[in-house]
Amino acid sequence: MFSHIRTIWLTFLHLFKKKVTIEYPEEKVKLHPRWRGRIVLTKDPDGGERCVGCYLCAAACPVDCIALQATEDENGRRYPEFFRINFSRCIFCGFCEEACPTYAIQLIPDFEMGEYKRQNLVFEKEDLLINSQGKYPGYNFYQVAGIQAGVKGKGEGDNEEPPVDVHSLLP
Amino acid sequence: MTVTQHVLIVVGVLFVMLNIAAGLIWVERRMLALWQDRLGPNRAGPLGIFIVVADTLKLFFKEDWIPPFADKKVFVLAPAIVVGSALLSFVIIPFAPGIVVADLNVGLLFFLAMSSIGVYSIVLGGWASNNKYSLLGALRGASQMIAYEVFMGLSLMGVVMLTGSFKLSDIVAAQQDMWFIIKQPVAAIIFFIAGIAETHRLPFDIPEAESELIAGFHAEYSGMKFGMFFVGEYIGITLISSMMTTMFFGGWLGPAFLPPWAWFFIKTFAFILFFILLRASLPRPRYDQLMETGWKILLPLVLVNLLVTGAVALWTRG
Repeated sequence: MFSHIRTIWLTFLHLFKKKVTIEYPEEKVKLHPRWRGRIVLTKDPDGGERCVGCYLCAAACPVDCIALQATEDENGRRYPEFFRINFSRCIFCGFCEEACPTYAIQLIPDFEMGEYKRQNLVFEKEDLLINSQGKYPGYNFYQVAGIQAGVKGKGEGDNEEPPVDVHSLLP
Repeated sequence: MTVTQHVLIVVGVLFVMLNIAAGLIWVERRMLALWQDRLGPNRAGPLGIFIVVADTLKLFFKEDWIPPFADKKVFVLAPAIVVGSALLSFVIIPFAPGIVVADLNVGLLFFLAMSSIGVYSIVLGGWASNNKYSLLGALRGASQMIAYEVFMGLSLMGVVMLTGSFKLSDIVAAQQDMWFIIKQPVAAIIFFIAGIAETHRLPFDIPEAESELIAGFHAEYSGMKFGMFFVGEYIGITLISSMMTTMFFGGWLGPAFLPPWAWFFIKTFAFILFFILLRASLPRPRYDQLMETGWKILLPLVLVNLLVTGAVALWTRG
């Protein structure tokens, strides 16, 4: 009986406690740097697209919300012709980010993407591309890749030696 | 009192009571939230008061479905009974000197009769739903009501003994010098406990008991029929609170810097808030625990209280 009265009194005291509610539109939620929100395509330090159109993100996506078509420019550099993410399907699992070999596709802490029309949730490449290097500043895939694609000559990259002239190896 | 005045009082009481019942939706949700460290509905209108309008509109636009296996006439009738009987009880409550719809000389008996009729809504609603959970709820409701009705009436008899009248305005007038809470503390507490059981509010919401009976007697109800049960419950809370005020806390009596009706409403509102506080703090007892407390503890207690009151009344008179 006494415990009941004590319970009632303690519950009453909660009237004056600080409330835990976050009044969302006025008061923003604290999002951590690794929060998985909207998907973006980042650029390398030279301003070129990082995406090489390898389809690994589309293959990794468990809900098949990523569609792209790879193509090459005149220097032989691969890039996506179109890159489309259907955010009405996306579950923000981050598998695409893990699958990406060039750090191009990244999830950023932004979740406020409500739309009135479902079609508006389909993001094209120009909506996805951001003018930033995202979580990996200074990384340039073609700088370390072994191929020549207009960024550097063969063998000029970091940790790379010039190609060997096989004829000079003759005895 | 002229006819116009009388009609005005009737319409006024009806208007105020229905509005309080609706407003309690907001009060309850806000207060429950505050006691649970939340904020509650605060978006629509100032402090979220328009949630009442939103809730009512929602209830009106919900599909008003009558199950094909239900007993249709009784099914429709049941929710009307609870609202009707609770509203009828307000007929005898004196809000201020002169502001009372009908100051019957059997006022208290009328109140007890009306609150007993209220149980028909639960029994008929549960029976007509033709659903085993509803029936179980109705069954529990009926036995709970019978148990608690007994000492609800008996707890008020001490007050009647001291006043010598069933008329509520006489009872209020008799508290001019001292409120009956001081003379009859046991009766007041037991009446309040019985009142909670009577309105089947938490912690005594045995007939509903979401966790065991889904929603008990109103499991099959939807739309405004469900809303009527809801409104009936809130009117019931207001009724028990006003009865507490009238019987034990001096009704409209209070220092003169506020008008009598204001004192009445302040006291009533305090009890309504206490109802909500009880909901926020106490868990639901088991069904058999409830019945046991009722028959084995509260009933003897109220009889002893009655005996002592009678003896003291005789002694002081003789």
